[in-house]
Amino acid sequence: MTDAPMVLAERVSKNFGTNKVLRGISLEVDPGEVLCIVGPSGSGKSTFLRCINHLERVDGGRLSVDGQLVGYRQKGDKLYELKLKEAAFQRQEIGMVFQRFNLFPHLTAVENIILAPMRVKGISKAKATARAMELLERVGLGDKGDAYPAHLSGGQQQRVAIARALAMDPKLMLFDEPTSALDPELVGEVLDVMKELAKSGMTMIVVTHEMGFAREVADTLVFMDEGVVVEAGPPREILSNPQHDRTRTFLSKVL
Amino acid sequence: MSEPESDRMIESEPGRSGASGRTPRAGRGRHDDDAPPEEIVAIPLRHPWRNVVAVLLVLGLAVFVLDAAQRADYGWPDVGKYIFDRRISQAAWVTLWLTVYSMIGAIVIGLLLAIMRLSPNPVLKSIAWLYIWIFRGTPVYVQLVFWGIVSLIYPVFTLGIPFMEPWVTIPNEVFTNLFITAVIGLALNEAAYMSEIVRAGLLSVDQGQEEASTALAMSWGQTMRYVVVPQAMKIIIPPTGNEVISMLKTTSLVAAIPLSIDLYGVSRGISAVTFTPVPLLIVASLWYLLFTSILMVGQHFIEKRFSRGTGRVKTGKEPATPGPAATAVPGGPTPPIGTDFGGKG
Repeated sequence: MTDAPMVLAERVSKNFGTNKVLRGISLEVDPGEVLCIVGPSGSGKSTFLRCINHLERVDGGRLSVDGQLVGYRQKGDKLYELKLKEAAFQRQEIGMVFQRFNLFPHLTAVENIILAPMRVKGISKAKATARAMELLERVGLGDKGDAYPAHLSGGQQQRVAIARALAMDPKLMLFDEPTSALDPELVGEVLDVMKELAKSGMTMIVVTHEMGFAREVADTLVFMDEGVVVEAGPPREILSNPQHDRTRTFLSKVL
Repeated sequence: MSEPESDRMIESEPGRSGASGRTPRAGRGRHDDDAPPEEIVAIPLRHPWRNVVAVLLVLGLAVFVLDAAQRADYGWPDVGKYIFDRRISQAAWVTLWLTVYSMIGAIVIGLLLAIMRLSPNPVLKSIAWLYIWIFRGTPVYVQLVFWGIVSLIYPVFTLGIPFMEPWVTIPNEVFTNLFITAVIGLALNEAAYMSEIVRAGLLSVDQGQEEASTALAMSWGQTMRYVVVPQAMKIIIPPTGNEVISMLKTTSLVAAIPLSIDLYGVSRGISAVTFTPVPLLIVASLWYLLFTSILMVGQHFIEKRFSRGTGRVKTGKEPATPGPAATAVPGGPTPPIGTDFGGKG
């Protein structure tokens, strides 16, 4: 099963009431691949990302991560919704980074990072702390371990958030517009960490508006609009020679 | 628009433009780049009525105090006699424990009710709503009277299947113990208010926090315990402090049960014998004031502890603060904090 895709989506759909947010998304992400998703706001990019780690329930189609159906268990030809505990177990393999960082403000950077490894995986505090310091070093914040989030800049907070996600040793990292809430001069430091992570072989799905990052780092670029994948392929091709009108219109606005 | 107006204001100050040696209109901004801007020297607006009212109030207060000090009905010698009376201090102790037990019960039940109201289960939601509706909608005095006679309605507790021989039968000893009845009555009433406070606190925590915690594979219980509740505490603590102070005073209503070993009950009992009601009311009030003052100090320290990471408190050796705060609350009239406020007593 070495060639099995890390993420396999087959006609995934999702509704909020009568509002069809995803209308059949099909795509594949191989292990070690970096996939960037771009598209206008409201196109369903974030919702799709949240479906991958079951923060949102998938309503139709099939979505699996590392060969396992997300949120459901198949027995015979029937699907059973997973228990909360089983869903949580699935999420251990998937790290997520949010647009607004969502660091825990009452905990220091190190405490933010060690919380889940200690409580979910039962790792000792000493071990978890040592690992947290390693990760902080890796994102360039080795000296900020004792700082509370309120005393860190947005870029530093987002890098701590990345370290926090990495502390669970995920096989897949999801980034939901990780630089959209940052001041322009802080975007670079976060993108650098993500580039390093991509180089280390991490499988990543990145919803972003940073076309430069997509061009440089992504293996595949996906353009989504109104809940469907309009166009997908190598980023250089799509950015320089978009095939669809919708892609062209969007790119003309953001480039 | 404001430029000419401010110029006029300065010009109207007599002699000022002459003293500085140049006209204000041309002077400011261009030539004074190095020198600091001139300060405005103006006669401040007077508030004569403020002073008049203040003087009248102080005078009135002084007259009242002087009069009260000499009036025999206040019985100041009796106040001095009973303030440290053993019966009074023991009753104060009872009041303190009534408060502590009732609040612990109220917080536990309140937390449960708050979680029930936020649960997706409509039955749990409705039950919590009904509870709050009843216990917040009826007077606590009436509730206490009811709990006082509940042992007449239910003389025995039985456990078993309806219409069959009960498995276990216990005589109702809970509601024949008046102290326990008082704690239950106060706690059940207060729980309705506490649940609303806890609910507001839980709702104040950003949805993203729960999401981030869930994405880290933490269970609902872990998310609540390590992420949501610690942050909700910042919102919950201040009004809870008010509730504790309020509860301390509400304990005087246990007379409705009727329990009469609390601070107010005992001072009333003494005055019924000595026919000196006013001095004993003063004695009770001074003890209530002492306790509420101590609680205010304790609340201050606890609030400081739970505002960590919000930028309002400098990070540092924080773990030291819960120590004194924790001892200040149940410790009662202990020397370090007690003396500051003990001066009133």
